[in-house]
This record gives sequence, C-alpha cells and structure tokens, in this order.
Amino acid sequence: MTVPALPKLAQTGILGDRLAALVIKGSAFLTIVSLILIFVFIGKEALPVLTSAEIRQEANLSNLLLPQAPRAGAAPEFTWQPISEIPKYSILPLFAGTLKVTVIAVLIAIPLAVGAALYTSEFAHPWVREIIKPCIEILAGIPSVVVGFFCLMVIAGWLQSSFGFTYRLNALTAGIGLSLAVIPIVYTVAEDAFSSVPQTFREGSIAMGASSWQTASRVVLPAGMPGVLAACVLGFGRAIGETMIVLMASGNAAVLSWSPVDSVRTFSATIAAELGEVVQGSPHYHVLFFLGAFLFILTFAINLMGRWWIGRLQRKLQGAS
Amino acid sequence: MKRRCAVWLFLAGVILAAAGCGGSETGLEHKPITVKGSDTMVILAQRWAETYMKEHAGVSVQVTGGGSGTGIAALINGGTDICNASRPMKDSEKAMVAKRHGEEVKEIPVALDGVAIYVHEASPIQSITQAQLKSIYTGRIANWRDIGGKDQRIVPYSRENNSGTYVFFKEHVLGNEDFAREIQTLPGTAAVVNAVSKDPASIGYGGIAYATGIRAIPVRRDENSEPVAASLATVQSGEYPLSRNLFFYTVGEPGGDVRAFIDWVLGMEGQMICEEVGYYPVVRK
Repeated sequence: MTVPALPKLAQTGILGDRLAALVIKGSAFLTIVSLILIFVFIGKEALPVLTSAEIRQEANLSNLLLPQAPRAGAAPEFTWQPISEIPKYSILPLFAGTLKVTVIAVLIAIPLAVGAALYTSEFAHPWVREIIKPCIEILAGIPSVVVGFFCLMVIAGWLQSSFGFTYRLNALTAGIGLSLAVIPIVYTVAEDAFSSVPQTFREGSIAMGASSWQTASRVVLPAGMPGVLAACVLGFGRAIGETMIVLMASGNAAVLSWSPVDSVRTFSATIAAELGEVVQGSPHYHVLFFLGAFLFILTFAINLMGRWWIGRLQRKLQGAS
Repeated sequence: MKRRCAVWLFLAGVILAAAGCGGSETGLEHKPITVKGSDTMVILAQRWAETYMKEHAGVSVQVTGGGSGTGIAALINGGTDICNASRPMKDSEKAMVAKRHGEEVKEIPVALDGVAIYVHEASPIQSITQAQLKSIYTGRIANWRDIGGKDQRIVPYSRENNSGTYVFFKEHVLGNEDFAREIQTLPGTAAVVNAVSKDPASIGYGGIAYATGIRAIPVRRDENSEPVAASLATVQSGEYPLSRNLFFYTVGEPGGDVRAFIDWVLGMEGQMICEEVGYYPVVRK
C-alpha cells in the first residue's frame, strides 16, 4: 500500500520544524554572543587603566582606590573631579553613592512589592486582582526619564517641604523614584511565585484550622521564598544599573557620607553624564569604561550569587516537603 | 538581565557608531551639513537651521547637542562638519585636530552670551560679586548670611562637566580651581532653572536665554564696582563680567554649502535670530 501524499506533508513539516528550531536556537545563542562581545568591548577599553603606562600616569589603581590630595599641600581625600588641573578619579564616593541609592530603593520597593504580591495572590477578590496587577505592570512601562522628571519636580519638593531637607535632590529622593522602577519587577516575579504554590498547601493549612493570614504568612510566603528572593535579586540589579532617574533626582554631587539625605553620584549617572564628552583614548575615557566594567562585574556577581542561593533554598524546600 | 543587556548593547552601539562615522565624502552635491556640540547653543542652532532650510531648498542642516566637549570630540574624530562650542577650544584640542586631519581649526565667533546667575524669586539677594560666587562654588562660603541673606545654608547647583558653561564658569569665576564636592550637578540648564525655581536657598548658573521663572541677579566685578545686569549693551561692551563668545569650529577653511551656511549665520538674518532666541549678535569688526 502506498500513501504518497502523507510523507510529503510530513517532510515539509519536519523541514519547518528544523528551521524553527534553528531560528530559536540561534536567537538564544545570540544573547550569549552579544553578552560576551559587550564584555570583551568594555574590558578592552577599561584595560589601559591597568596596563598602559601613558594612561596610568594620570589614572591608575591607587588613584582610583586611595585618597588623593586635591592640590599640593592639602590633605588627601576621596574626590571624583575628572575635569581639573589635577584630575581626580576616586571611585569610592561613586561606589558609596550607588550603594546608598540602591539600598534605599530596594528597602522601599521590596516590602511594598512583596506585600502587594501576597495580597493579590492570597486575599484580593479576583476583580480587584484584575485591576491591581496590570496597573503595577504598567508602572514598568513608564519611561525612566519621566519618572526622573516627576522626582525632580514633584517628589523632591514635597519631601523638602515636609521634612525640611537642606538638599532637595538627594539619595532619598532618587531612591524613592528608583523604587517605582523596581516595584513592578519584584511584584511580577513574586506574584508568579505565590501563584505557583500548590493549592493543596493552602487547603492543608486551612484544614488544620489556620486562618487565611496564618496560611499566607506561614505557608505560602515560605513556600514562595525562592521566587521572592529571585525577585529581590532582579530588583537589585535593576536599581543598581538604572540611570535616568538617578541622573535627574540625586543631585549628582560625589559626596562621601552616611546621610541618606545628602546628594549622591552613582556609577551609571557618571557614565551617562560624562561619556558623551570625553576625547576617545584619554585617561578619563578609559576610567569611565573601567567604571562600566566594574558595574558589569558587580551585577553579574550579585545575579550569580543570588541564583546559587535560590537554588540551594529550593533544594532544601523540596527536600523538606 | 535582558533589559540590562539591551541597555549595554545600545550604549555599545552608540559608541561604535560614534567611532565609525569618520571619513567625510566630498564631491556629493548638498550633503547634509552636520552641526554638533554645545547644549546652550542647541536652540539657537536649531532656529538657524530651520530658517536656513526654508530659504534654501535642497540643503539640509542637522543639529545635535550633547555639550561643547561632545562637539569638539566629534570634530576631532571627524564626526561633524561644524562644531558648536560655548567655550574656546583648548590648545591641546586644536593640536589634536591638526594631528588627525592635517589642517588647522577655524574659529568663528557667531553669537554672544552672558552666563546668568539665578536665584529663587523670593531670595533677598540683590547682587553678587565674582569673588562671592567663587567662594560659594569652591565651598568657602556655605551660608547666605555671609553675603547678606538669611541664615540659611546655600544650595548651589552646577551644570554637568561636559558642558561649555561648566568650563566657562570654572575658568572665569573659579580661576580654574575645583568645584566643591557638595555642588550638585544637573544635566542641562533647564534642569538647573527648574531646581532653583523650587528652592529658596539655592543658586545656579546658566545661559541667559533660559532665564524664565527665576530671577537673574546683577553681577559685580568686585566690591567697589556697580552691579551690572546682563543685557545687549552690557554684554556687547564687555561690561557684564560673565559674558562669552559662542563659536563655530570647522576643520580648515570651510567650503561649499558649509561656507554658505556660516556666511548666512553671520549675516543680518542669522544675527537677528540670535536676538530672537535671547542671545546677542556678535560685534562686527
């Protein structure tokens, strides 16, 4: 018996399948390739800070990491002042500033976002959830320059008139703005984590006589913990790399202090503000790429560590259940 | 992760594009004229370009900002026909152009600008000396009381260090000393104006063309001289202490369409647009 039509159809089907598989595989690898290419590019431009004798006269590791005298005879200090007779490239104030803003943003965003996620997945009426969820997700779609402008014009003034801060634009203002960008990311991932907690867990908990708050806080929250941590890592990564909001709302003064209401200058804002201006190949140019490489490695390490920790927690939870 | 990748990719792309657009093709008729540089001059250059293109069909003039430093870097790297700069090019930069292109830089003053000092509308300060400005921006004076204001901490705003206004202020007012670390820097004069208009304890500086919604205070050269407000007469005569030339720079003597555009800018019509935008026409020698 012969069935001539079928093999032909099947053949084209197989060919189509293969083609699709190839395209999908290609796009997956494209991400990896571009990631590697970008890192090589940044690394190549950052390297002269360590290797080139000419660049190192003006900018070297000890300049970058140790305090420097602003002018002859003055006490050494940590200063970022690249346009100067003695250019000063201390990365410590920038590092402290980046960390300060990021930590403030994350401290504000995580409780809010995780709380909102727990509420929408456990307590909210379905129609409330249908309103809240897309609203928070739309927040992610607001261009960061708009959020930054909103901070500069509205939040900064409101904070200053309520609390009487000396500086309108400070780490707190930028941190609040930044948290608006972090909340949707943390919320979305955490909400998914809570929704994927098996229904049997909740039923079991309620059958034991637990209230719905006890169920949410003692059963669903711990069970969704790996997802929540993943959300926090993603949120942290988003906050540390965000540029426009901090550029507009932080005041950009490279001050080294503990106060959350002092102005700060972050890595990303420094790169954004200064990279357009530098002459290619100058020490300043290579230092900016050095900052970029540092930021890249920092976020990469945080992501890696976060993932490792989450994996461990996941295995522990699965072992326990 | 993906989002950050995209940002990096974009950034890398921008840099590659900037590096890649060397080599200027000659011989093509009506190649677009590119004008790049000073953010202070963007509005002015844009108006020049619009009017010029309206009158000269077929010629296109593309204006981009980014700061004088950006424009000068582009001129050195061969990325623009005309560089807009709100500060004179440094000798080292001129040398780099000569080295790269084998031709000297041509400097053409096209307009005059005064750097205005802004305070909040409600500030009691009536005038300020250049020495006081220097003390404020180098961090030696931190309280308004010291210069005749209320007992209140001064919150000074500055431009980012890629702006020609920043360099002009650093050289002219600070005598090339460093800005204090506490000085907050903002991207663009508009952002400085916004910030000053919201804070009674603040002071800022920037182009006169931007000075709306706040108060620009007269400046005194020293304690014994009269306060001078920025105006056409005082800037042209050089009486206003914080005035400066705005420049076009080209590699070598410009020719063809670029020459025609520059001549038009320096002519009656171009200089009238200067005044409309809020700058001052250059004094013709």
